[in-house]
Amino acid sequence: MLAHLPILQVIVPLMAAPACLILSRPKLVWLFTLLVSTITFFISIFLLQQVMSTGTVSYELGGWSPPWGIEYRIDKLNAFIALIISGVSTVVLLAAQTSIEKEIPENKQTLFYILYLLSLTGMLGIVTTGDAFNVFVFLEISSLSAYSLIALGKDRRALWASFQYLIMGTIGATFILIGIGLMYQMTGTLNMVDLAARLPEVAETRTVTTAYVFFIIGVCLKLALFPLHFWLPNAYTYAPSIVTTFFAATSTKVAAYLLIRFTFSIFGVSFSFTTLPMETLFLALGLLGIFVASTVAIYQQNVKHVFAYSSVAQIGYMIVGFSMSTHAGLSAMLLHMFNHALMKGALFLALGAVMYRIGSTRIDDFRGLGRQMPLTMAAIVIGGLSLIGVPLTVGFVSKWYLVTAAIDKGWWPVAGLVLLGSLLAVVYVWRIVETAYFKTPITGKDPVKEAPMAFLLPVWMLVLANVYFGIDTRMTVEVATGAAQSLFGVAP
Amino acid sequence: MFAVVMLAGIYGLVCASFFVAMDAVDVAFTEASIGAGISTLLMLTTVAMTGRTDHEATHKPLMAFVAVIVTGGLLIYGTFDMPYFGSADAPVHQHVGPHYIYDSIQEIGVPNMVTSVLASYRGFDTFGEVTVIFTAGIGVLALLSVARRPEDDAVMEAINDSMHEKHLILRIVIKTMIPFIVLYAFYVQFHGDYGPGGGFQAGVIFAAGIILYAMLFGLGAARRVITQPVVQMLSALGVLVYGSVGLVSMLNGGSFLDYNVLAADPIAGQHLGILLIELGVGLTVASVMIIIFYSFVGRSQFQKANKGELL
Repeated sequence: MLAHLPILQVIVPLMAAPACLILSRPKLVWLFTLLVSTITFFISIFLLQQVMSTGTVSYELGGWSPPWGIEYRIDKLNAFIALIISGVSTVVLLAAQTSIEKEIPENKQTLFYILYLLSLTGMLGIVTTGDAFNVFVFLEISSLSAYSLIALGKDRRALWASFQYLIMGTIGATFILIGIGLMYQMTGTLNMVDLAARLPEVAETRTVTTAYVFFIIGVCLKLALFPLHFWLPNAYTYAPSIVTTFFAATSTKVAAYLLIRFTFSIFGVSFSFTTLPMETLFLALGLLGIFVASTVAIYQQNVKHVFAYSSVAQIGYMIVGFSMSTHAGLSAMLLHMFNHALMKGALFLALGAVMYRIGSTRIDDFRGLGRQMPLTMAAIVIGGLSLIGVPLTVGFVSKWYLVTAAIDKGWWPVAGLVLLGSLLAVVYVWRIVETAYFKTPITGKDPVKEAPMAFLLPVWMLVLANVYFGIDTRMTVEVATGAAQSLFGVAP
Repeated sequence: MFAVVMLAGIYGLVCASFFVAMDAVDVAFTEASIGAGISTLLMLTTVAMTGRTDHEATHKPLMAFVAVIVTGGLLIYGTFDMPYFGSADAPVHQHVGPHYIYDSIQEIGVPNMVTSVLASYRGFDTFGEVTVIFTAGIGVLALLSVARRPEDDAVMEAINDSMHEKHLILRIVIKTMIPFIVLYAFYVQFHGDYGPGGGFQAGVIFAAGIILYAMLFGLGAARRVITQPVVQMLSALGVLVYGSVGLVSMLNGGSFLDYNVLAADPIAGQHLGILLIELGVGLTVASVMIIIFYSFVGRSQFQKANKGELL
């Protein structure tokens, strides 16, 4: 059975999705979904251990050897990302039933879980496959389910947000498909390892350059890299709380994974960073993203909007690490992907708890919440500190590695700018803290109770993870540097 | 808007003939049935719901125009170093392709090699595609479905009767056509191994038969024949059938979707595997198409009922 783990990772949630339709009672479906997600989480833990000890695992689907058949290929990089996705998914699901009972009508709750599982399947499928076209197929599964999940939001603006995302996402997916099509045309293969072997021969052609450009633009749309981030803030704000938490913590990571995989393993550093001016371009976009999005975040009236813009800024940090194209820079990016999932998971889930109690996430409605919901607000404070990068939190670890990587490369100004960006985070996090703790509550409003256990448990699991991985960095750093090393080892 | 939809339909048909000219009959078949057929129909339903006139544009089209020009320019730039059209030296004809052409008949034993690639060599992609379709169906259900109200059914019944005289000829003609459409769907479904066709196309054709019926005899009548819960179950069942074939091959000691281990003889196993997964594809595709149509039309009737302007 162990040999089948790579495929089970994806087909367990996939097969569970239609099975939910047969179970049909929402409570039952929720337990089933939670069980399935937990199983995938354990599978990804096993896979990561296996990969760390014995190296890359390959699985031939249908028994056809690659490049004729489709291959699943698990290395340190994608085992790590799969762990983030399935882990966050499981923790978030603990609060799901409580949260959606208030946000989604009962006759749609079963459908919600089916879409959730499909979305999980899609992301895991993109990450684990070793075949370029298979990436596109699973990208479609994850995108279609994402559009529907976002549109299920209670606020009617969710429909418009989802429609915007649908248009941008479809353009992105089409560009990715054009890129893959052109790659196939020039090499005659879709297998990633095979592509990596055959692309250098034809790297000098204009068609391959076009393929890379289309692919990267498509991925950047999905990644919500500044200035292609328009769809993200509204989609995150108006989607159901659970969906926001799940996507904020995972979906951009999947796009970031594709960026890394195709740039480093398939096209190779020499092509992407020497032939094309990717370094300057990504560095500029990353830094601009950090500053513009953080500044915009300061002026938002809805806390969900604040953290959504903050996500765009965090993607900026990842891209700065990416643009260095060094081992240290890439490790910093991977670390930040893991750490950001923990921060945003905790923050958005805590916002979900606020939404559950007061039915709004407008900053004015936060007045007095510091006293009324002490545990939830404490979670937001710690998550916020982590976002800023205060020592003893995971945020500090990310910033530390990013700044060291920049200094290693001799990019002193970049290191300074990254630190300056953190100051902007201080401002937007402080606004929330100030409102919640120091402003007097609006008189005449009923006092609010603390969030139910169903929320507090997963929120604090994530908060404690923020602190734990901020102190004990052995596991995360080992995996991230290992993954970065393997990428530079494979690349020509 | 009506003209736009018609043009989109024509575009689909032209594309299909284009694919025929390039000897990709399976793709052409799919494009004709889905691109030109079902999607045009769904767009028409949408137009019927939202109105056929466009609103005044409020945004500036200049940015979009620039983006389109840049994209188009880049695509043309990319064509400069492409291999010549039909060139035998092109990488696609040198690497993976020949293996499919020369060896698939020994390895899989199916004359239509498109089916071999689709259902066996890249069977997992097809599984993914079926899941995409299932996702689409569930998404539409989640967003558009409205709870059925008994009082609406009564009103619908009345309209249905009044329409009976209006479209008498159409109804009788269509009624005689539907059995042939459905029969043809089954032919396409089970003949996919030998000629162009397979689960995707067959599913769409089958759904077209049901949809025709729903269009002329009313949604209520169609829902009595094939009820909503049944279609939903069938759409899930299709995915499950496909996946189960994979699981069984795993239990028999192969890897996921390895049909060789399904029977004592590998070729027989391949045949059995392909037959079963195509069945799964057909089930899901047909039921999702029906779900989407039901939801669209159900929605528009719901809208009309709310406005109190039933016809």
